[in-house]
Amino acid sequence: MNGVYSTIFYVFSFIAVYIQIFFLVTFLEKRKKIYKNPPVLELKSYPTVTVVVPCYNEAATIDKTVASLLEMDYPKDKLKLFLIDDGSKDNTWEIIKKYDNGENIFSFTKQNGGKHTALNFALEKQNSEFFGCLDSDSLVHPQALKRIMGYFERDPRTMAVCPSIIVYNPKNFIQHAQSIEYDMSIYTKKMLGFMGGIHVTPGPFSIFKTKVFDELGPYRKAHNTEDQEIALRMQEHGYKIDHCPDAYVYTSTPNTVVKLYKQRLRWIYGFIKNLIDYRRLLFKKKYGTVALFTLPSGLVGVIGVVFLFVNVTWNIIRFFREKIIEIQTVGWGNLFKFGGFNFDWFFFNTKAVLFFSLTMYILIVISLLLGRKLAENKTGFPVSIFYYFIIYSVVAPFWMLRALYNAIISKESSWTLERRVKTK
Amino acid sequence: MENTEHHHEPNDWKKYTIVLFITLTIFISGLWFSNHLNSKKIAQLKSIESTISLDLLSSEVQYSLLEEQSCKDISNSVLSKELNSLADKISYSESNIGVDNTDVVSLKKYYSLLEIKDYLLMKKITERCGEKSIFVLYFYKNDNCEECTKQGYVLTTLREKYPNLRVYSFDYKLDNPAIKAMISIYKVPDNLPALVINGKVHSGFKSIEEIEKTFPELEKSAKDTSSKVKTTTKK
Repeated sequence: MNGVYSTIFYVFSFIAVYIQIFFLVTFLEKRKKIYKNPPVLELKSYPTVTVVVPCYNEAATIDKTVASLLEMDYPKDKLKLFLIDDGSKDNTWEIIKKYDNGENIFSFTKQNGGKHTALNFALEKQNSEFFGCLDSDSLVHPQALKRIMGYFERDPRTMAVCPSIIVYNPKNFIQHAQSIEYDMSIYTKKMLGFMGGIHVTPGPFSIFKTKVFDELGPYRKAHNTEDQEIALRMQEHGYKIDHCPDAYVYTSTPNTVVKLYKQRLRWIYGFIKNLIDYRRLLFKKKYGTVALFTLPSGLVGVIGVVFLFVNVTWNIIRFFREKIIEIQTVGWGNLFKFGGFNFDWFFFNTKAVLFFSLTMYILIVISLLLGRKLAENKTGFPVSIFYYFIIYSVVAPFWMLRALYNAIISKESSWTLERRVKTK
Repeated sequence: MENTEHHHEPNDWKKYTIVLFITLTIFISGLWFSNHLNSKKIAQLKSIESTISLDLLSSEVQYSLLEEQSCKDISNSVLSKELNSLADKISYSESNIGVDNTDVVSLKKYYSLLEIKDYLLMKKITERCGEKSIFVLYFYKNDNCEECTKQGYVLTTLREKYPNLRVYSFDYKLDNPAIKAMISIYKVPDNLPALVINGKVHSGFKSIEEIEKTFPELEKSAKDTSSKVKTTTKK
């Protein structure tokens, strides 16, 4: 049993270290190619862009989101905003209909059908060259759109560009932990962008050439992760997806463990289900990095975290079981005797697995620090790295286990369920 | 229908291979480092064993030389303590380096022999010098024996309570002629754990109370030795 466990552990830690080294090598190879936008960016041309804001019970945050869009540095006659109320139960519709000016801002309300229906609704009504969405819990940086459009201008093959998502105003330690995670994913996403391996075009402010939808069809429900599905569909057809590290989108993140759990349950469930739907891509070299690296790493990540968690839990249970047996046998007397602290180096763990775990942690910290540098040009070692490790090693296994379980029994978790419902 | 204007970035096989080599190097270094430290540990255990063996030999020689002349000069408590710390290290190595590791197994065999030697010598000293030690030979096995774990807790507790209780533990499954000889001399059954206390076999788990009841002299020896131990540690 122990042998089987060690073998699995070695295999997983080998793959995990491989993944991190892969990112690091890509970074060292491509770091000079990370495009730095000038402070004032001027594009050769300004194509038309439609940005959709799908709203469901977002009365509290929608004003800020729209204000940030209106403050964007982009010719007003080239940018259209579609505000779409997806059958909210609060007064979202009353708020957004005031913005409709018949020129560049259009508001619509429709029956609730989920985010993908709101996006497709807008797709049908717009006629711009570029199309994007901004979740109503997010704000955009004034230069974000220009910077993204620059990527399309420099490489005509580019069909979609993802922004850098930054946690908006993190307050408690759960949000600080997420802030670290989001920064790291800016780094990994940029690296995947170089290799053509991006597998999600995130809801907040990924911009597409509209012809992507003309050629590949509209958004699909895709287990409530339409932003993963469209990216996979594009990858299947060889459409280039890039990432713009300094196109900032500030997004509100869950502030409690329960909300975070629900959000991640949806993401991971969607990832597993989309992976199953697109399993034909896996390990086929003609689909490139997504098929050979991104999707397999994601899967290894989910299984690895669950495996590690089961193992740690088992060890904790075993420890307490032994303690209970000890108490039952010889009473409480020995419980508070720790046998005298032994500083003999002999009792240091020298198992090889320990070195691999250590290597893995060091590599993850390097990724986190590189992510912070790349995303927000921040240096130093923030305390929130510890929050990150705590949250993601203690809570993540639960949503991953649950997502695996739900994927097996095909129980969906919904986008609308997560939204704050404030009736009256 | 594939759109010809779209194509993937070419797969960078060279990078996949380079990363594989880097990862392999990290893993091999990790394994090497772990092995290196483990072999240092084994070397430390070997040196402890040879020190104990030397100590035992000198005690034996000392004993033979002095015969009945003087009992108090023969030190025994130090020796047992060293044996106990060696036992801790060997049992830690079993979990950290591996139960089946050949070095660990041979160290354990050697340790068992040292225990037997210590036992025989101490028994002689006790008989001749009139000490009131109680000898416990404890037979256990490593796997599938929850009772053995419990018995281990009981003996550890008793040893702390009664310093004159001398516990010698033997792995029943250890392939060693001397242990086999002990098993056949005392007719130790394979129903483990088994205790041989002052020459009498008791098989199955025995609680603290049961052992204390069977050996009322334990209490007495505790009182006798507590003062003795104190004086020796003061020295």
